Amino acid sequence: MSTWLIKGVAPYGGDPVDLLVADGVIAEGSAAGAQVLDAAGLVALPGLVDLHTHLREPGREDAETVQTGSRAAALGGYTAVHAMANTDPVADTAGVVEQVWRLGREAGLVDVRPVGAVTVGLRGERLAELGAMADSAARVRVFSDDGMAVHDPQLMRRALEYVKAFGGVVAQHAEEPRLTEGAQMNEGVVAARLGLTGWPAAAEEAMIARDVLLAAHVGSRLHVCHVSTAGSVDILRWAKAKGTRVTAEVTPHHLLLTDDLAATYDPVYKVNPPLRTAQDVAALRAGLADGTIDAIATDHAPHALEDKETEWGAARPGMLGLETALSVAVLAMRETGLLDWRGLAERMSAAPARIGGLPAPGLVVGAPASLTLVDPAARWTPDPAASASRSRNTPYAGRELPARVVATFLRGEPTVLDGKATR
Amino acid sequence: MKHLLSAGDLSRDEALTVLDTAVRMDEALAGREVKKLPTLRGRTVVNLFFEDSTRTRISFELAAKRLSADVVTFSAKGSSVSKGESLKDTALTLEAMGADAVVCRHAMSGAPHRLAGWVRGSVLNAGDGTHEHPTQALLDAYTMRRRLGRVDGLRVAIVGDVLHSRVARSNVLLLHTLGAEVTLVAPPTLLPVGVAEWPAAVSYDLDATLPKADVVMMLRVQRERMGQAYFPSEREYSRRYGLDRHRMGLLPDDAIVMHPGPMNRGMEIAAEVADDPRRSTIVEQVSNGVSVRMAVLYLLLGGAQ
Repeated sequence: MSTWLIKGVAPYGGDPVDLLVADGVIAEGSAAGAQVLDAAGLVALPGLVDLHTHLREPGREDAETVQTGSRAAALGGYTAVHAMANTDPVADTAGVVEQVWRLGREAGLVDVRPVGAVTVGLRGERLAELGAMADSAARVRVFSDDGMAVHDPQLMRRALEYVKAFGGVVAQHAEEPRLTEGAQMNEGVVAARLGLTGWPAAAEEAMIARDVLLAAHVGSRLHVCHVSTAGSVDILRWAKAKGTRVTAEVTPHHLLLTDDLAATYDPVYKVNPPLRTAQDVAALRAGLADGTIDAIATDHAPHALEDKETEWGAARPGMLGLETALSVAVLAMRETGLLDWRGLAERMSAAPARIGGLPAPGLVVGAPASLTLVDPAARWTPDPAASASRSRNTPYAGRELPARVVATFLRGEPTVLDGKATR
Repeated sequence: MKHLLSAGDLSRDEALTVLDTAVRMDEALAGREVKKLPTLRGRTVVNLFFEDSTRTRISFELAAKRLSADVVTFSAKGSSVSKGESLKDTALTLEAMGADAVVCRHAMSGAPHRLAGWVRGSVLNAGDGTHEHPTQALLDAYTMRRRLGRVDGLRVAIVGDVLHSRVARSNVLLLHTLGAEVTLVAPPTLLPVGVAEWPAAVSYDLDATLPKADVVMMLRVQRERMGQAYFPSEREYSRRYGLDRHRMGLLPDDAIVMHPGPMNRGMEIAAEVADDPRRSTIVEQVSNGVSVRMAVLYLLLGGAQ
């Protein structure tokens, strides 16, 4: 194991210190023989944890693999990602989740935590063997049919109850399917003008309202994926005030982008849930700042070129997010004064780790040295061709963003140095 | 003007130029034994129809041929498109063949916008999904001007399935640009959320609107909307929003009745209204369509220079 002395780094943007990394943990004592990393001007954060990542393997290795997605994650400052279950085959058995977990270990760039499907084949008909996935080597704790909602209320209730036995949580993609048949973008003024079928905010809010009531009734934990509307924030605030054990995430793109981008008909802006209005963006930022929304999660969704170079209606929904998440979060939350570095670390590392059942990350002596170093003064412009992802569908191409990840360490080993992946 | 993708892209001057040019096209052809002008000789116009629409396709074909352009019609059926070729590959193929203009009809909103990013020639939107159909709006304005002498200040009622209508979207934009007052009349289920932002008034009451209309434009109601709970039954729709002879009597004396076709006789429009020789402009709209499309092709392909 290598020993590193990270000199002059500012933990959470505070006073500069020297951080010694030895034997995979943050250490004290002699730095003799350590490799020195001059980190003057850099901010240290605990390694970021993503609750919502599509790695596409097995099945769509042309769009992303565990290896390429892991590299994109490390470059974005992540040390753990939760790999969504909508692969082909679906991650609804111990065999598939163990395969994904093993691929993650082989890549060795981030901890890949497989998410198990709630229902067999994501079909919403009967429960997958949740216990088998929990007991597998992958030790699954987050279950989701992401992409589809578990729309049958009885099945949702049972899932919420069942996972209590092993400390699991159901992460719900909140979408009332009858209200979104054929939906292409946020229902509102822009959709009316563009002639694209609307995805009403009420379809998300109705499902969240139902689920928080169910979770409260059975005393279970609920996690709400990629909250996108002001009304959803209100419902979550109400549920939390009543003591319901609900957590929620928001994506970087819903904190920054709005539905008027669809006017280009470029499907790089097509995503599910869709981009909403400026009022929604403001409410999401406020909800994230006050803790109503617990975490930022990328919903990193790589797609092959031919699935995006099409008519809007024929394109698959989704955007890349791992490499740009921290920068977008800085732009939307820190540069607006809504969160400081410590607040961002809570929303992008500590809270998602807690929700996913991972050990609490920290920059304290004895803690695993999983951390990321960020240049807060850097400005950069994402170039799709330069992405570590196998796909190119970033909505930020040509848009200048603040802050850049310079280095990432996973349990003491560098996965990124000088802004480049080490493997 | 490089492309014509939305009626909203046209300034007032540009729209009037199209209408004036259409008049000149009509005049140039009037009384000719051979209905052909040499204007676009040597230019290639591709009609790219991903959706069946015999009347629009024929209208564009005729317009291009009357301007002496070489016309190729490319229908989704029986072409490589039905074998799964992407829109982009089709675009690149047309590009390689040197199309000067591509007339695109597509079932998906925004397809012509995407096409415009992939080809060098002009793209003309001939109807895209539930988005727009700008030449329909131009031919409708042309028809109003011919019948009523002006568009500015006219009170136009657009009646029916506004939610799914590309004709309504293009007409609202163009008629607003040209100074008409538009009222949309439909059951609330067939109006888009966000319609309040459009430059048009909204009414649920056809009988109250007709006495104040110089033009009433009936929209086709697609049969497939039935069973989707937009309205309880065809009969109820027809009773509340259909234009029958009794309702036609509520119109001011010189008001006209329009329909973009194809019609559902007995549903949104009664047969005797559609065939009324004094008010109905439906057949005239078809012939005006050729003149207006000639004007647009002429202007897009730089014939004005």
